Amino acid sequence: MPGVEAAIEVRDLRKSYPASRGAGGAIDAVRGIDFSVARGEIFGLLGPNGAGKTTTVEILEGYRQRTAGAVSVLGFDPSERPRELRARVGIVLQSSGIYAHATVAELLAHFADFYPRPRKIDQVIELAGLAEKRDQQARHLSGGQRRRLDLALALIGDPELIFLDEPTTGFDPAARRGAWQTIRSLRELGKTVLLTTHYLDEAQELADRVAIIKGGRILAEGSPAELGVGAGSRYRVAYANGNGELTIVETDDPTRLLNELTSAALARGEQLNALSVTRPSLEDVYLELTSDA
Amino acid sequence: MRSAGALLWREYRFERRMFWRNRSAAFFNFLLPLIFLALFGAIVAGHRNELDVIVPGIAGMSVMSTTFTALAYNLTFLREQGVLKRIRGTPLPSGVYLCGLALNAVTNAAIQIGIVVVAGRVFFGLGWPPQPLTLIVFAVVGVAAFALLGAALSHAIPSFESAPAIVNSVFVPVILVSGVFFDVKHVPGFLRDIAQALPLEPLINGLTGGLVQGHGALGSHLTALAVIGLWAVVGVVLAVRGFSWEARRG
Repeated sequence: MPGVEAAIEVRDLRKSYPASRGAGGAIDAVRGIDFSVARGEIFGLLGPNGAGKTTTVEILEGYRQRTAGAVSVLGFDPSERPRELRARVGIVLQSSGIYAHATVAELLAHFADFYPRPRKIDQVIELAGLAEKRDQQARHLSGGQRRRLDLALALIGDPELIFLDEPTTGFDPAARRGAWQTIRSLRELGKTVLLTTHYLDEAQELADRVAIIKGGRILAEGSPAELGVGAGSRYRVAYANGNGELTIVETDDPTRLLNELTSAALARGEQLNALSVTRPSLEDVYLELTSDA
Repeated sequence: MRSAGALLWREYRFERRMFWRNRSAAFFNFLLPLIFLALFGAIVAGHRNELDVIVPGIAGMSVMSTTFTALAYNLTFLREQGVLKRIRGTPLPSGVYLCGLALNAVTNAAIQIGIVVVAGRVFFGLGWPPQPLTLIVFAVVGVAAFALLGAALSHAIPSFESAPAIVNSVFVPVILVSGVFFDVKHVPGFLRDIAQALPLEPLINGLTGGLVQGHGALGSHLTALAVIGLWAVVGVVLAVRGFSWEARRG
C-alpha cells in the first residue's frame, strides 16, 4: 500500500531452535516467510499444528527472538519489546490464566491502569459480551466466557493491532458465531487483526486475506475467494444422469457446460436432477496444499 | 503513561486484595506460626531458655515460609498458568510486576513477625524487642535473601504438581538443622557448620539478638548478617539468570 505504512511487515523471517538434548539436530521452525498486513485488515494465518504459525506470531508479539529476517510491527522491531509498542497491541494467547479470585470488572480496571489511553471498562465488557458476568469472579466463568475475558483484556488498552491465537477453540457453534461477530466489530472499529486459526471456515468467514503455512513456509496467500478459485481450481458441476447416478464434472467454463447439459436434457425431454454448481472451498485448497501426498 | 512508582503501588494493592480474597489461604497463612508457637510454647512452658530459642526460631521460619516458600509456589503457579506470559505482553514493566509480587510476600513476612512478637510478649512474657534496629535490619536482609532464593528455586520446579515436594525437601531440612525448634548449640559440629553456612541459622541468630534480652546489639551479629547478604547475592544471580516467563514445553 503506497504511502501507508503496513501494520505488519515480515521479510524472509527465519527461526531455528538449537538442537536439544536427545532430540537430534537443530529445528527450523520458520524457513523464510514474507507477508504484510495492511492497517485495518484482518489477516489469517492458517496451518496445521507445528506449521510454524505460533512461532511466527510469537516473534511478532515480542515473546521470541528471530534467527534472521526483518520484522516490523507498527513501525517497531518487536524483538526490542518497546513499551510503546506493547501499549498499542492487544494479545490473546492460546491459553493463559488469570487471577481466579478477581472479578471481570476488577481485572479490566487493573489492566486499564497499564495503558496510556484505555477504553471504558463497561464499553469493553459490552463489546466482549460479558455484561451479565461483570461482577463474577474469573474462576466462576465457563470456558467460552474465559475466552471472552481474554479478548476483553486484550482490548482494554484500545490497541491498534490485535493478535488472536485460535480465538474460538473449544467453542460450541453458537458461541463461535458470537465471537465472530465480536471480531467483525473490531474491523468496524478500524482495528488490524492477525488471526491464527486451524479452522478454515473461521478464516473464510473473517479474514480479508489468508496465508496458508506449513513446514515453516507460506504455501499460498490471498483473499479466501482468490485462494478458492485460483491455483488452477475449477468449478464442479454435479447432476444425476439418466440412470439416476450422480455424475461430477469439473470445468473451467461452467456456462458452456451447463448450456450443453441442459440443452441435451431438454432435447431428451428429461429433468436434470440433483444439479449443483460449486466452487472449491478454501478447505479444499487447504487440504490439497497441506496434504503430505 | 503512569510512573513506575504509581504502577507498583497499584500492582501491590491488587496483589494484596487478591491475597485476602482467597480467605482460607490467608487464614491458614497466619494461623500456622500461631499453631507452632502454641505447641512449642506448651511443650517448653516455663523454661525461659527454651522459650528464648523458640520465639526467634519461629519468627525466622515465618520469614522463610512467607517469602521463600510462597514465592517458589506462586511463581511456579503463575508461570504454569500463563499469567506471567500474559502480563509480559502488556505495557506494565516486568520489573514493576515482579516487585509487586515480592512486596506482597514481604508484607506477609512483616505481619507474621508482628504476630510472633506480640504473641511472644502476651503469652511468653518475652517483653518488647530489646534491639529493634537489629530486628529490622535482619528482617529486611532476611526477607530479601529468601524472596530471591524462592524466585530462583521456582526456575528449578518443572510443574506445579511437583512444587510441594521440591519446596518441602528444601524447607523442612533447613528449618530442622537451623535451630528453629532447639538451640543450635546442641547439634553435632558438622551439622552446625552446615546450618551456619545456610541463610536461616544466621537469620535466627540475628532475630534472637533483636527479640531476646542480652544477646548483643547489631555489632555482635555482623558475621551472620554477612552470610545472609551473601545468600542474597547468590539469590539475585540465580533469580535473574534462570528467569523464564513461560512454562517449559513438553
